[in-house]
Amino acid sequence: MWSLILRRLLVAIPTIFLVMVFVFILQRMLPGDPLLVMAGEERDPAVLEELRKLYGFDRSVPVQFLYWLREIASGNFGSSLRTGAPVTELIGQTLPVTIQLAVASLIIALLIGIPTGVLAAVKKGTWLDYVANAISLSGLSIPNFWLGIILILFVSVNLRWLPASGFVSIFENPVEAFRTTIMPAFVLGSGLAATLMRHTRSAMLEVLRLDYVRTARAKGLLEPAVVLKHALRNALVPIVTLSTLLFGQLLAGAVLTEQVFTIPGFGKLIVDAVFNRDYGVVQGVVLCTAIAFILMNLIADVLYIVINPRLRTA
Amino acid sequence: MPTLARLTRGLPALAVAALFVLPASAAEIRIGLQEDPDILDPHEARTFVGRIVFNALCDKLIDTNEKLEFVPRLATSWTVSDEGKTLTFKLRAGVKFHDGTPFDAAAVKANMERAKDLKTSRRKSEIASITSVEVVDPLTVAFKLSKPDAPLLAQLSDRAGMMLSPASFDKPVGPKPICSGPYTFVERVQNDRIVLERFADHWEKDKYHFDKVTFRTIPDSTVRLANLRSGQLDMLERLAASDVKSAKGDKSLKVDSVVGLGYQGISVNINNGARADTPLGKDKRVRQALSLSIDREALTQVVFEGLFEPTGQPFPSTSPYYDKSFPPPKRDVAKAKALLKEAGVEKFSFEMQVANSPVDQQVAQVIQAMASEAGIDIKLRSSEFATMLKSQTAGDFQATRVGWSGRVDPDGNLHQFVTTGGGINDTKYSNPAVDKELNASRVVYETAARKAHFDAAGKILREDLPIIYLYLPAWIWASSAKLDGFVPNPDGMIRLANVKLK
Repeated sequence: MWSLILRRLLVAIPTIFLVMVFVFILQRMLPGDPLLVMAGEERDPAVLEELRKLYGFDRSVPVQFLYWLREIASGNFGSSLRTGAPVTELIGQTLPVTIQLAVASLIIALLIGIPTGVLAAVKKGTWLDYVANAISLSGLSIPNFWLGIILILFVSVNLRWLPASGFVSIFENPVEAFRTTIMPAFVLGSGLAATLMRHTRSAMLEVLRLDYVRTARAKGLLEPAVVLKHALRNALVPIVTLSTLLFGQLLAGAVLTEQVFTIPGFGKLIVDAVFNRDYGVVQGVVLCTAIAFILMNLIADVLYIVINPRLRTA
Repeated sequence: MPTLARLTRGLPALAVAALFVLPASAAEIRIGLQEDPDILDPHEARTFVGRIVFNALCDKLIDTNEKLEFVPRLATSWTVSDEGKTLTFKLRAGVKFHDGTPFDAAAVKANMERAKDLKTSRRKSEIASITSVEVVDPLTVAFKLSKPDAPLLAQLSDRAGMMLSPASFDKPVGPKPICSGPYTFVERVQNDRIVLERFADHWEKDKYHFDKVTFRTIPDSTVRLANLRSGQLDMLERLAASDVKSAKGDKSLKVDSVVGLGYQGISVNINNGARADTPLGKDKRVRQALSLSIDREALTQVVFEGLFEPTGQPFPSTSPYYDKSFPPPKRDVAKAKALLKEAGVEKFSFEMQVANSPVDQQVAQVIQAMASEAGIDIKLRSSEFATMLKSQTAGDFQATRVGWSGRVDPDGNLHQFVTTGGGINDTKYSNPAVDKELNASRVVYETAARKAHFDAAGKILREDLPIIYLYLPAWIWASSAKLDGFVPNPDGMIRLANVKLK
């Protein structure tokens, strides 16, 4: 097993290197100059020249890359050109926010998606099925940011039930955390619920056709028991896989919702950084994410081996 | 029982004081900003919103009031001597920085030296005329200048005059700035919020009524307004002009506005690389025609609900340097056509670069429609902000829709844009007569004498039109109707002195 870990780590090095090269080059292919963006209105050419030297932007791209490598090797992931904040601190601030939002969204998506999917499958062809389908289609086609703004206007501005924006950690104040997270989570969750509903429906239809379900019915089991205990369990397997995929998507792709509800999340961090041409943040965040992914994959592989002895010889 | 009598006499006053002080002392104000401020180091900072935060966090030597006059802050008085080459400040006694370090002449010297010497300082050009700073006595400091510098006072009323605790210089200032302002730094979450709390030892603490000040970054103006309406904010800056009507109709809200110091216009590439080679860049009559084809009044009515002011010059109408003999130009399509004919380009087309925000697009489309009636075909190229800046400095534009947030001193609105080699002279316009007048305006201090130079330069610039000025934006703030005591200032800042939530 140790040799496997070692081998995997060795493979990880070129992978990370490639990721670094890609981010570095792609960023510099973007039009725009980070110093000009930073300077905003105050672009005194003399000052800009000095800053260019200070940050090493006056050197060729390969040389800049080598400088970056040297920094990384000494454990420095860089800092924001715009505010001077270290990248690691920025990730530490934003990642927990996005994780809380993603978990809440997924819970909402599951709570809506699975029951409606089951219902639609069981009542296939009836009005219930059509209604569920119509709702799920609208869920898929309504843009997140629009739903978000409508919810803010209705729930926060008119009814004053929930705060329109902001974020509170669940470990800090669970009640406030619930109040601030529920709306954005619903916005994100409703879109996913639609996907989940459609997958649940088709998985259930598949399973309900199988022989063992007919046997269960023939045994004289009550319909709810047939559906929930026998059919749903088997139908859930692809749903679980899908949910984990959706969760990964949520971590990266909640930008618009974060923007509307002004939640200081991970997605917003990187998108803002790209728009500001904040090279330091973009590079640092992408690198950290790549390393995290590689480590997680490695851990998963190790766990497979621990759990499943058959893999050990391989 | 003299003591008891004195005690009881004081009681009603105490009770009254308690009534007023207690509710206020528990207060917090939450202010919505349109952008995230950049680094919180006054010597390195660049953004407009950053200046709003600094106004709560840091004291400056002097300030400007709503009439654009200089008023004392950390400096109680100032004098110009030695033929305009020495600027002497008397300093306020008993002022402390947030870390307890006393504020004195040595601290001023240390700050000015940092602003001049720090590698990443953005203040260098603002205070370039200062050759040395002398500590005369603990409460008197003299700035020695290489030449008279009229715009310097205005610089010192902004970030260049903000004082940091010299004890904080050995560590990076940005992550935890230590100033002497009414509020101290607590925390910052990038792109989300900056939290400040009351500084108990501030020299003017009685005027500040909040325990906590939170600045929140909410870029979308609709969302920012929704947050004010739902009570997550007490105040916001830059309400969209299109939202003013609905905000004014809401009894729980209050709207304040004042015409600002900045302008919006069109910069024409006169001599910046190959793309300057257009009829528009080469012939001033064509630029005059373009200017005449635009109905500025209609533009401000259509896009900005009439809240912004049409103009033909770079200074706000509130400024003493505004040239009253030149009212906002009226539209004259016939004259525009005649000028084009004279220039031999009755029909021509050029490309105008525009930022990709909805409002900028709208402005550009209105201009496009108006110009087409005079036979000028404008092709719009919308760019994302970073790209636009780059092509502007690189000369990759024929014309570009630009704006300037404005400076207190008129020099800041003009000199660097139109003088030869000026720092932001993207049009690369160059005219020795203009250079001469504008350089001369820098070395005299009297308003009337300076105005004569600005008027003379203005006259030439209105002929040559490297920048076609269109309108003066207004700053619009919306706040809870409970907010009291806020004074709109043309510089767009939010000063919290005497501001309360009832």
